[in-house]
Amino acid sequence: MSVSVAIPAKPVDPGARRRSILLVFSCTVLGAAAQILMKLGMAHFTLSLSAILTNYSLLGGYALYGVNTLMLILALRDGELSMLYPIIALTYVWVTLLSYVLLAEPPNLYKNLGIATIVIGVAVLGRGGKK
Amino acid sequence: MRSMALVFGASVVGSFGAVFLKMGAACLDGTLRSFLNARLATGVALFLGSSVFYALGIKGGQLSVLYPMVSLGYIWTMLWSRLFFQEAFTRGKLIGLGLILLGVVFVGLGS
Repeated sequence: MSVSVAIPAKPVDPGARRRSILLVFSCTVLGAAAQILMKLGMAHFTLSLSAILTNYSLLGGYALYGVNTLMLILALRDGELSMLYPIIALTYVWVTLLSYVLLAEPPNLYKNLGIATIVIGVAVLGRGGKK
Repeated sequence: MRSMALVFGASVVGSFGAVFLKMGAACLDGTLRSFLNARLATGVALFLGSSVFYALGIKGGQLSVLYPMVSLGYIWTMLWSRLFFQEAFTRGKLIGLGLILLGVVFVGLGS
């Protein structure tokens, strides 16, 4: 009981916390979509201005990536990193799953194990940064 | 191999982008003019450059192998934070970095 008194934590508005979690979670989905669009766009990339300007999946992917980065910066500015880092790492999970399903890339144990390890690593990093 | 090298390069360039953004952000004083500082501009330029390397990298390989390599950026960022901003390495950070590195190696083995 006395623990909560001992920590001079700033009062956390539960609504604000839920909003930043939801925002960061949406970012992971948008970020993964951006990756798939960029990959699809780069499949028929040629170095000419007209080709690039009509490469809608590449342009869409880049735009989504940019918007997503700005959203993440805003969300991270007033959120707890230790809580948000593990959520951000979900992007690795979505990109891998979407690569399997939409891009028909072969799944295997090494990839899955690697993604799980990276996600745990990013989560640990977020906690370590809190001090 | 070439695509892996490009994504690897993108992660290094992008981590320098973060360093310049951090230095540029220190110059912000709330006025619109302060956003036009050379460090911030360099940071944005490095991020853009990094994304070009990255896009060229994913052109010739599997996204499920190359995208996880982006997480190497965490390692460089932490190194530069130690070197340029004197941010301490904590045990948690080192363990996290080790796990990320291990994960990238695993994913690489799956390629």
